[in-house]
Amino acid sequence: MITIDSISKTYGKAVVLNVETITIPKGQSFGLVGNNGAGKTTLFNILLDLIRPTTGKITNNNVEVNTSEDWKNFTGSFIDESFLIGYLTLEEYFEFIGDLRGMNKADVATFIAKFDVFFNDEIIGKKKYLRDLSKGNQKKAGIAAALMGNPQVVVLDEPFANLDPTTQIRLKKILKELTDSKDITLLVSSHDLSHVTEVCDRIVVLDKGIVVKDIETSAATLKELESYFSA
Amino acid sequence: MISHFLKLEWKQFFRSAAFGKSIGIKILMGFFGLYLIAMFLFMGIGVFYGLKKFFPEQDPLVLVNAFLLYAIIGDLIFRYLMQQLPVMHIQPFLTLPIHKNNIVHYVLLKSSFSFFNVMGLFFYIPFSLFLIKEGYAVPGVLGWCALMILLIQSVNFLNFLINKNKTAFGVLFVLLIGFFVTQQYQLFDLPGTFGKGFDFVYRDPIYSLLGLVLLLVLYQLNFKQLRSLVYLDEAVSQKVKEANTADLSWTEKFGDLAPFIKNEIRLIWRNKRTKTVFLMSFLFLFYGLIFYTMDAYKDSLPMLMFASLFVTGGFTLNYGQFIPAWDSAHYKMLMSQSFRYRKFLESKWFLMVAMTTLLYILSFPYLYFGTDIFLMITAGAIFNIGFNSLFLLYAGSYNRKRIDLTKGGLGNTQGTSATQFLIIIPLMLFPMLLFWFFDKFIGYNSGFVVVAAIGILSLLLKNYAMNFIEKKYIKDKYAMINAFGKES
Repeated sequence: MITIDSISKTYGKAVVLNVETITIPKGQSFGLVGNNGAGKTTLFNILLDLIRPTTGKITNNNVEVNTSEDWKNFTGSFIDESFLIGYLTLEEYFEFIGDLRGMNKADVATFIAKFDVFFNDEIIGKKKYLRDLSKGNQKKAGIAAALMGNPQVVVLDEPFANLDPTTQIRLKKILKELTDSKDITLLVSSHDLSHVTEVCDRIVVLDKGIVVKDIETSAATLKELESYFSA
Repeated sequence: MISHFLKLEWKQFFRSAAFGKSIGIKILMGFFGLYLIAMFLFMGIGVFYGLKKFFPEQDPLVLVNAFLLYAIIGDLIFRYLMQQLPVMHIQPFLTLPIHKNNIVHYVLLKSSFSFFNVMGLFFYIPFSLFLIKEGYAVPGVLGWCALMILLIQSVNFLNFLINKNKTAFGVLFVLLIGFFVTQQYQLFDLPGTFGKGFDFVYRDPIYSLLGLVLLLVLYQLNFKQLRSLVYLDEAVSQKVKEANTADLSWTEKFGDLAPFIKNEIRLIWRNKRTKTVFLMSFLFLFYGLIFYTMDAYKDSLPMLMFASLFVTGGFTLNYGQFIPAWDSAHYKMLMSQSFRYRKFLESKWFLMVAMTTLLYILSFPYLYFGTDIFLMITAGAIFNIGFNSLFLLYAGSYNRKRIDLTKGGLGNTQGTSATQFLIIIPLMLFPMLLFWFFDKFIGYNSGFVVVAAIGILSLLLKNYAMNFIEKKYIKDKYAMINAFGKES
């Protein structure tokens, strides 16, 4: 369970984020939408203790994220390409992350094999450094790495951007399967309304740092979001 | 068109993330620039009367001319190492309605105004003024001075040709060797002949136009070469290299440190700049040869100590001072992973110590210079291992400059800030001073002993120091993430 408690972030006088309370129960797939500058990435960065909030706190499975680092053991994340190590090959990168997440070589190999279809034969065994992969393939690598080591919480910032149509569909399937068992809490942000409504149980809309909608996903949700954003 | 480019250039300079922040380094670099300018200016002013005084029967202009070839060759070598044609940032212009010829002209013309080209003027112009003041023929001096400016510009463009073109580099290299051989065996007085040529231009200034011809030819060659390369898959892009995956399973015996050590090794080997640092550290091994063989330093023990620290410390100093900025590109990711920060730091420490040890072993041939020198190197190595490695890790927590690993090696100052200048004091001056003090006032090898003792003491206190350093890194985490996320 993740509790976001009166989190705000200000730079000088500009308030970029001001969230009262959001409680995300275990097993929920949580979608965050909003236009550019809405504060989605800032919220995720605070959740991952990469920037400090001006006020408030976030607890992740009873761990307050900026006082203890224990949340790192059960949280996998991918924010942007800066999460990749450019001079490693895909296999080496997975090996590195696997090492940090307590997986042995065999575990890593099984893990990569599971993602064979997702990678679509494009990046495995290609003798290419991650920095030389296309944006889409870099994203695939980062998303897969976020799922290593059986995380309880998975945080993905705009996972669908830059992916080709086939991979978008495959990713949706992977994410749905992930939350099927209701063990894993998934946090996703996206600009694509149809993707989030398809994947997430609950959708929160941010506008200029403030929560303006908090919807339980239903058949009407996509229409509701579309009308909100076209207004 | 050009005015558009100039506006962009202006904005690029003043809006770069580095500009506001690192006023310290700007000032230091500024001072360095001023120092160079002052040196040249001083030479330009003083050389006429200086030469007159020491060689009263000879013409100062003829003397200067006789040395010009050395100056030109030196300039070229210096530029080859330091100056690169700035092509990468033209990428956004390629799809705009700007003629490619204009883009290329712009890049080339811009290079004409680089500091490398301005520097020499501070010598040639005052020198020319003094020549005129001393009654030399005005047209002759003006022609000579114009030729110098044209030659500086020619060297500028020659350098880019050599830099981009392996054949040109080969030809020049052969010519240099030939020049060196003729000098060594005094077969032929090339600088003198060149000097006579310059004398001739003074007498008959119309021939300075030859410099213009040379410049235009070189410019044209550059233009042709660059014009054919203004494509995303040519000059403007970086080359994609196939990954070299060496087996690093031998690192497994380092336990929890293994993933980080593996990563460090790959970091060093697969990026240009880190590779340069790594290879340079072997060049530093020869640093001692310069100092130990020069009579001027024979009796200056602190200077020898200084050299000895460098012999084994090349890697530790050059690599260590940018920790953890080497990892700046993926620092965010590291900070969201579950590991003890200590491991990350320990792996860097291990690497520095391992390299210093290796360099120390390679320095054994210095025994040839006697046990005193060798003891110094040994003391220096112990100091590097014990004190410097830990100190550099600590100093690293003050690094706030992103390093883009994909950028080139030599002469790349990215990531440099005032930190790099300040840390030199404890790293180098402190052991020199200690050595000097004990050697002078106590004697009997106490200098070696004290420097080595500080190293051993630091090594014994390593655990304690590491705790302290780890805390400092964790405390500065957010500032580092923020700073490393910014383009420099």
